[in-house]
Order: sequence, then structure tokens, then C-alpha cells
Amino acid sequence: MRKLWTVLAALATLSLTNCGYNAIQTNDEQVKSAWSEVLNQYQRRADLVPNLVNSVKGFAQQEKDVLLGVTNARAKVGSIQATPELINDPGAFAKFQAAQGELSSALSKLLVVTENYPQLKSDTLFRDLMSQLEGTENRITVARNRYIKAVQDYNVGVRTFPNNLTAMIFGYKEKANFTVDNEKEISTAPKVDFNPAPAPAK
Amino acid sequence: MIAARASLLALLVCWAFAAAADVAVPPLSGRVVDQTGTLSASDISALTQTLKNLETRKGSQVAVLIVPTTAPETIEQYSIRVAEAWKIGRKKIDDGALLVVAKNDRKLRIEVGYGLEGALTDVTASRIIDEIIVPKFRSGDFAGGISAGVDRIVAVIDGEKLSAPVQRQQSNSGSLNFDPLNPFFIIPVLLFGGLIRSLLGRLIGSVASGGLVALIAWYFFASLLAAVLAGAIAAIFVMFSDSITSSAPGRRGSGWSGGGGSFSGGSSSDSGGFSGGGGSFGGGGASGSW
Repeated sequence: MRKLWTVLAALATLSLTNCGYNAIQTNDEQVKSAWSEVLNQYQRRADLVPNLVNSVKGFAQQEKDVLLGVTNARAKVGSIQATPELINDPGAFAKFQAAQGELSSALSKLLVVTENYPQLKSDTLFRDLMSQLEGTENRITVARNRYIKAVQDYNVGVRTFPNNLTAMIFGYKEKANFTVDNEKEISTAPKVDFNPAPAPAK
Repeated sequence: MIAARASLLALLVCWAFAAAADVAVPPLSGRVVDQTGTLSASDISALTQTLKNLETRKGSQVAVLIVPTTAPETIEQYSIRVAEAWKIGRKKIDDGALLVVAKNDRKLRIEVGYGLEGALTDVTASRIIDEIIVPKFRSGDFAGGISAGVDRIVAVIDGEKLSAPVQRQQSNSGSLNFDPLNPFFIIPVLLFGGLIRSLLGRLIGSVASGGLVALIAWYFFASLLAAVLAGAIAAIFVMFSDSITSSAPGRRGSGWSGGGGSFSGGSSSDSGGFSGGGGSFGGGGASGSW
């Protein structure tokens, strides 16, 4: 009987350390790395934009407004300091999302316009840039999905018993996720295959 | 306690529902999975041979999947899910690639693992699709299109410098993470060690069970340092876990029996089946339609 109790006590101690604090740490780190990947892919898109604008410019000089819109949106995205700490600041997070959404819609306008230039569409450089952009948009989608899942795991961990007690003691709060508004705004890009991320399960 | 159990149960139920909402990914029955019956048996075996040769030569894993449709998802959503489930490519090197064809949707996609994104870039993947596969698909030659596309993918991967292929046992040890404080490790050690100690006495028993654990650890982790560490931890545990198993003091020193069980050679069996090595994907690649 004494043996049983000691084993149980050992088990309880171990599972407390294993399931509570450490799980929160693991999930927190998961969220951070998922967010870094999101930033990474957004950066990749931002880097592509100047080349894309240049290649379109050669064929469609008269679409000045659209090109300017893309350039401005790109500049705005670049002006926001995209640090990993962004996820803990809901205001900055929303601002970052708004800027990225603006770039998405500017790009989609550009792509609609390029439909009118058959020469541009058969240009090799432009086609290569387009496949890079498509690939990058898809990577963004994947990265966002993984971020959503990571935040979901983290939030579930922080909110369920008994981890919520640990989280309360150490001050771990729920993290911001992509909101429905942004999802809608971004998923309107018509030509780029940008799949709306599934809404995070509540 | 009851509340904890109830909340855990509730959590599990929620997870079960979340998991059930997904559309099924076909099992990885081979390097070429054709759910539409488009490819003949000889096509499949030829493709499989090509892909098998690639893996023995370079270590990279490439798989082909043909499905009727991916609806309601797009092919991108579907193929990343398949890639995540199959885990094609070596762990940490992530050199897997997946060619997905949705026949009735007239769409296809090359999904590229992280490690191959340098060679099989989005541009390259997109050109393979547009210039090699799609023209053949348009004329109805599915087998020809797929084999030409796969040949091109293989050629591109051959041009990339990757770390040398390792023999297949890595897929076993790769999934094991050693944590000496893991309860699943400690509890059996405590129980088993207590048994040995009550048979052999405190000092000899704990040393014997430590040695045994070290042997097992050595076998699994192939690292002498980790093995010695694990053995030492186990020996200490057994020596000082008095309160747990000292219920039979009278049996101390009853004799010396040979410690250390024997281990079978345990060479990993290669049954000819195919399984992903644990590679990860980030959505790289390109899609196309015909």
C-alpha cells in the first residue's frame, strides 16, 4: 500500500511539472516560431513586389495609378517594424494586418489590370515572377494556418484546467489570432490563389 | 480531481470533433498512389522504380498521388494536408516532393519540401507543370505526362547537393526523444529496479539495474554518453527509492544471477513498404491546370 502511494505521489509530481508549466513554454515557443514564419513569408512577398512592378511597368506604362497603389502599399508594409513581439500587442498586430491586407488588395488590382496585356502575360520574366508570387501567397496561407493552429493550442493550454492556474501565476495571457475581418479582406484577392484560412475553432 | 477529469474529457471530445471535420488523406501505400485507376500496373512499377532509385542515390523522397477530386478544398489546401500527413522526405533535411493530380478538377500541383525549395523553386516547378506535364495531359496522355514530370523532378533534385543518404534505420531512432525524467521511463525503472534490488541487495541490485538501463539506452540512442547518464540516473533512483520497494528485506543477498538480458540484433526490417521519413513542407511549389 505504501509502495502504491509513493508511486502515485511521484507520478503526480512528475505530471504536474510535465503538463503544466512546461507545456505552456512549449506552446509559447511554437507560437513564436509560427509567427516568425508568417513574417518571413510576408517579407518574401514584399521583396518580390519591386521586381513585379518593374516588369509590369515596361508593358503597361499607362496603368500609373495601379502601380503607384502597389508601390505605396509596399512602402507602408516596409515602414512597420515587424518584430516577433507584435503578437503580444493587439494594436500593433491589427495595424500590421491592415497594412498587409492593403498590399494584398493592391496586388490583386494589379493582377486584374495585367489581364489586358497579352504581351505582358507571355513575357517570361513576368510569368516567373507570377509563379513566385503565387508560391509565396500559398506559403503565407500555410504559415498563417500554422500560426492559427499554434495560437489555438496555446490558448487552449492556457485556458484549460489545471494549466490555467499555472498560466495565471506566471502571467501568460491568450494571444491574438487573425480576425475574421482580415480574413475577408485578404481572401478577396481574385487572381492569386490565396485560400482563405479556415476560421480557428473556438 | 473529478473536475480535472471532466474537463480533460471535454477537451478530448472537442478534439475528436475537430479531427472528424477533415476530409480523409489516402494512406501512403507506396510511392505512387493512384485512386483513379489511370495508371497501369507497369506504369506504377516503372515510376516506383525511378523514385526508389532516387532515394537510394540521393536520399530524397518523391511521391505521386492521383485523386479524382480535392473538393471542397482547393488543390493547394489538399496537397499541403497530404504532405503534412505523409511526411515525405528525410527529417530535418526536408527533401521531399509530392506531385498531386486531381483528375476531374483538371488541376495538378507540385508540393516542395523546405529542403528542396532551393533546387525545385516555384519557377522550376511551375515550368515543369506548364511545359512538360500539361501538354501531355491535354492530349490525354496521363501516364506519359506524369512520368516525364517525375523524370524532370528527379533530374532537378539530382542537380542539388544534399547530404548523403543514410541507411534506413534513422527513421526508427529519429522519433525517439530521450527524457530521463519522463514518467514512462521512471516508473518501470523504479518497479523493475526494486525487484532486482530485492533479489540482489541494495548496491549490487542498483548497479545491475543501472547497467541494464544503460544497455537499453545505448541500444536506442547509439550514444555512449547518454547511455551512461541514463544508467547512472537509474542506479541512483533504484538505490534511494527505499520507501517504494523495500517490502522484502529478508530476501537480500539470496544469490547472484546473471544480470543483463540478451538483446536480439534487431536490424530494422525492410518489408518493401514505403513511409515518409519525417520531412516538412511549407507550401512551396506551384500549381497548374490543363
